[in-house]
Amino acid sequence: MTILTVESALPGVIFLSPSPEVPVFKRPGDAVSAGETIALIEVMKSFLPVEAERPGTFLGYEVENEAGVEPGEAICRIEVTP
Amino acid sequence: MSRDAGRGIGKLLIANRGEIAVRIIRAARGLGIRTVQVVSEADRGMLAARMADEAIVIGPAQSAKSYLNVEAVLAALRESGADALHPGYGFLSENAGFARAVTAMGRTFVGPDADTIERMGDKVNARAAAIAAGVPVVPGSAGRIDDPAEALALAASMGFPVMIKAAAGGGGRGIRVVRDAAELAAAVPQAMAEAKAAFGDGGLYLEAYIENARHIEVQILGDGETVLHLYERECSLQRRRQKVWEEAPATALPPETREALCASAVRLAQSVAYRGAGTMEYLWDPQRREFFFIEMNTRIQVEHPVTEMITGIDLMREMILIAGGAKLALSQQDIRRDGHAIEVRINAEDPARNFFPSPGPVHEMCLPEGEGIRCDMGFDPGSTVPPYYDSLIGKLIVKGETRPQAILRLREALEAMRIGPLPTTLPLHRALAHDPELVGGEVSTQWLEAWLARGGLTADAAG
Repeated sequence: MTILTVESALPGVIFLSPSPEVPVFKRPGDAVSAGETIALIEVMKSFLPVEAERPGTFLGYEVENEAGVEPGEAICRIEVTP
Repeated sequence: MSRDAGRGIGKLLIANRGEIAVRIIRAARGLGIRTVQVVSEADRGMLAARMADEAIVIGPAQSAKSYLNVEAVLAALRESGADALHPGYGFLSENAGFARAVTAMGRTFVGPDADTIERMGDKVNARAAAIAAGVPVVPGSAGRIDDPAEALALAASMGFPVMIKAAAGGGGRGIRVVRDAAELAAAVPQAMAEAKAAFGDGGLYLEAYIENARHIEVQILGDGETVLHLYERECSLQRRRQKVWEEAPATALPPETREALCASAVRLAQSVAYRGAGTMEYLWDPQRREFFFIEMNTRIQVEHPVTEMITGIDLMREMILIAGGAKLALSQQDIRRDGHAIEVRINAEDPARNFFPSPGPVHEMCLPEGEGIRCDMGFDPGSTVPPYYDSLIGKLIVKGETRPQAILRLREALEAMRIGPLPTTLPLHRALAHDPELVGGEVSTQWLEAWLARGGLTADAAG
């Protein structure tokens, strides 16, 4: 079983849902496809997508919504489809 | 004698950050006023915090929890014992409720009173005030629109294209252009939902869309009785409706138009007994040779230095003096224009990667010096541009006797200027300063994006 940790490439603020009124991008157990957006990072008033590099099963977020993150910090974990 | 009233302020709290906080501290110092800088946890080490007499941490990095947190800023104001607050631009600078709360605490808000902010900061109200003062406005809706059918009927009568704007919007946000009835029908419900989400108010208004328009704005100063203008600035170079490069004066304007434009701004400000520094923004239609008022900013603006360079008047100092109760010591005849000034905004963005944000530490900063050169920076070597706020690092401002001389000086200053290792918009400005169309002055508010789209940046960098 390979666990992929998706890390932030940038410093900024993490948003776990596309907008405040809607559910989070992913819940544990959800399928994830390669290139799918699993969070947004706000950097200097721009919202940039954080994408899953590989397909698999979503295990959970490692950060709280609206948390400040640094480059290299873990955003979420994905069990990669073999 | 009347100027002494401006010394009513003894201690000033700066409710902002970056380069404008530094600018406010410099002006306050010049007046012998003590300074208190509020900072978020991410900004503890910023230049303004080190320059101020005191610094107070008001909350976490995110703006909503610090610089936009009314309760936290008011608590700092109370704790600091400052008798006045300068809001700078952005953040809480045009929040009437905040201005009212500052005044209710018995402190001075450096800006117009809350009622004026409410009246002139709301685009629909400001437009009504302009019409009442006989100032031309862009053809558009008479008031706010809350019904899609009403929007459609009005657009059909005005003629397309039209712009849909959020009544409570600002800073270029919440604006879209539609070219026919079908686009409008699709866009109005979306725009209402977005305006509701972004500003808490779904009200919209419509305006005719003027093609090839130039953005020209008039700087005014008022003391509640007298209003003066300090001539105009041209800010047509914009990307995503954010200004990038600003000039004073607007060389495209015929002299009689300049006179009429500045007089209209004074008339409008006088109609609300304006107190403080403010800017009336206009569109200039070069084909029809007409100008139209679009909105007022009831605060200092990023690009105020170009006006200071050509008039020799320290706007920040005047603003603080007026807030302290002073009357203007100048008359309109004292305000003269001399030469041409250009400001370029140095942002932490990478022009080679479609202006991707580039926050990070500043290890190198080499600033040009000399006659007619000014740098207003928010950061110094060893400081870090955080990812949480806008990308403005600082501004380079140059002045020459004529526009061509100002452009030559700008080219030299840009060659000498070094900021690193983070990518900045310096290469963009170096390319722009050599562009024949821009040098020729043939621009509009759409020009920069079109220039970027046709590879202006890469073509010039390669050459």
